[in-house]
Amino acid sequence: MLTQPRPIRLKGRSYLALTLTPEQPFEDWLVRLDDLASRSAGFFLRRPVVLDVAGLDIDRAELRELVTKLTARQVRIMGIEGASSALLGSDLPPAMANGRTTADFEPPAAAEKTEDHSSVGAAPAVPDLPKAAPSLIVTQPVRSGQSVVFLEGDVTIVGSVASGAEVVAGGSIHIYGTLRGRAMAGTTGNAAARIFCRKLEAEMIAIDGFYKTADDMEPADRGKAVQAWLDGETFKVEALA
Amino acid sequence: MGKVIVVTSGKGGVGKTTSSAALGAALAQGGEKVVVVDFDVGLRNLDLVMGAERRVVYDLVNVIQGEAKLTQALIRDKRVETLYLLPASQTRDKDNLTEKGVEAVIGALKANFDWVICDSPAGIERGATLAMRHADIAVVVTNPEVSSVRDSDRIIGLLDSKTLKAETGERIEKHLLLTRYDPARALRGDMLKVDDVLEILSIPLLGIIPESMDVLRASNIGSPVTLADQTSAPAIAYFDAVRRLRGEQIPVTVPGEKRSFLGKFFGRKAA
Ligand SMILES: Nc1ncnc2c1ncn2[C@@H]1O[C@H](COP(=O)(O)OP(=O)(O)OP(=O)(O)O)[C@@H](O)[C@H]1O
Ligand SMILES: [Mg+2]
Repeated sequence: MLTQPRPIRLKGRSYLALTLTPEQPFEDWLVRLDDLASRSAGFFLRRPVVLDVAGLDIDRAELRELVTKLTARQVRIMGIEGASSALLGSDLPPAMANGRTTADFEPPAAAEKTEDHSSVGAAPAVPDLPKAAPSLIVTQPVRSGQSVVFLEGDVTIVGSVASGAEVVAGGSIHIYGTLRGRAMAGTTGNAAARIFCRKLEAEMIAIDGFYKTADDMEPADRGKAVQAWLDGETFKVEALA
Repeated sequence: MGKVIVVTSGKGGVGKTTSSAALGAALAQGGEKVVVVDFDVGLRNLDLVMGAERRVVYDLVNVIQGEAKLTQALIRDKRVETLYLLPASQTRDKDNLTEKGVEAVIGALKANFDWVICDSPAGIERGATLAMRHADIAVVVTNPEVSSVRDSDRIIGLLDSKTLKAETGERIEKHLLLTRYDPARALRGDMLKVDDVLEILSIPLLGIIPESMDVLRASNIGSPVTLADQTSAPAIAYFDAVRRLRGEQIPVTVPGEKRSFLGKFFGRKAA
């Protein structure tokens, strides 16, 4: 028995995964996939792939056969989107939902391959990153009882955040005013997120699940313009020059 | 078309009813036609503060339920002939206030009065949201202490989201009325400073009403303080607030201090 039980931290985290949307008949689609793979060998290797079967008229046996055929091509399916639960048995990858589309993955251009054969078998191409991280700008004070939630990226508040109000961001939080309520940054598992405010009077601040209540804050930081960030598992708060 | 004002606060006992009666009477004393509507169904007070408790026959709920006509329920003040009261029901449940019914009553009052003043119940529930629903202007009554300020902040958030004006993309005009301000306690540092309250709530200041025995004395004789003693400090503060409501730019003096606020806070157009 454990003498000092340590709580397990459960955290959400989102990843960028490649999505394949097969079309029927699958035989034709697999031919096109093989063609793509032959032009950019190793493209699917070690890459997490989600299979989107929404709108397809298939039964469980057909789905299992498709996954087997993909596995044989070294395409590793980490999850299946758009399938009814009846379609997914324990022998199939788990269901995925609520995916968000980012910029398209670009397979390496065919031209590249014809010019330079040495690229065959090279490391998989780096996918295009989304053009710019999305951000949310709020130009009104956040009043007590209100909550601004934006998991996609940074939040900027032009105004104050009242006692009893909260701002929750997937990225960093910037407050051009007094922070009296709560600010929770990096909530989708982003330990690099920071919190900035013009005046710290917060009830609570948190980054990536680590938090500090008003009682834990240095009295010297109160009323100051500060930034807060995570250094490993320690919370750092420092006055802004 | 008249203007609809909601007198609201979130927190109870801060002076909404006192202020509704005083502002309503002060507006009527200037010759305008005013009706003060009690939305505090089940806990009505406005009739007492206005000295009309023995003349209540029908009330807001009766009108909404179709049991009485609006004209039957309105009570005309005995002292100021352009001042009317629409009382709340003391016995009925506030669930009897329907959204449609309130809309019809406010619509009818707007057509017949220059000012419709809605005395909101405390809290953020149905009664309070119905009272603010049709308002053009909100007077947020706040005492200089943290819990009252936070509740007012909450109410301002609701004013910006739950009112008809907010839903149609317009902005409801919001004013802060700081009440029960005690200069002696302010001097000792026992109260929030005016500047801090203004910074937190960031809405324009309509007035500061001092804590005063004159208010209790007036309500004991069933008279709005602006009628009971027109020269008392709270009455003067309410008269000044009314002039600002009408759009006049006059400085707000802090009771017990020489300084006053103008432009910096009152003139500031804030959310
Ligand atoms: N400026 C003042 N000086 C002294 N006493 C005051 C002042 N303003 C209000 N009061 C007193 O405070 C008490 C509460 O006032 P009032 O009933 O107007 O508050 P309210 O906000 O309407 O309360 P509720 O939330 O219960 O409706 C009353 O006893 C009233 O006489
Ligand atoms: Mg009241």
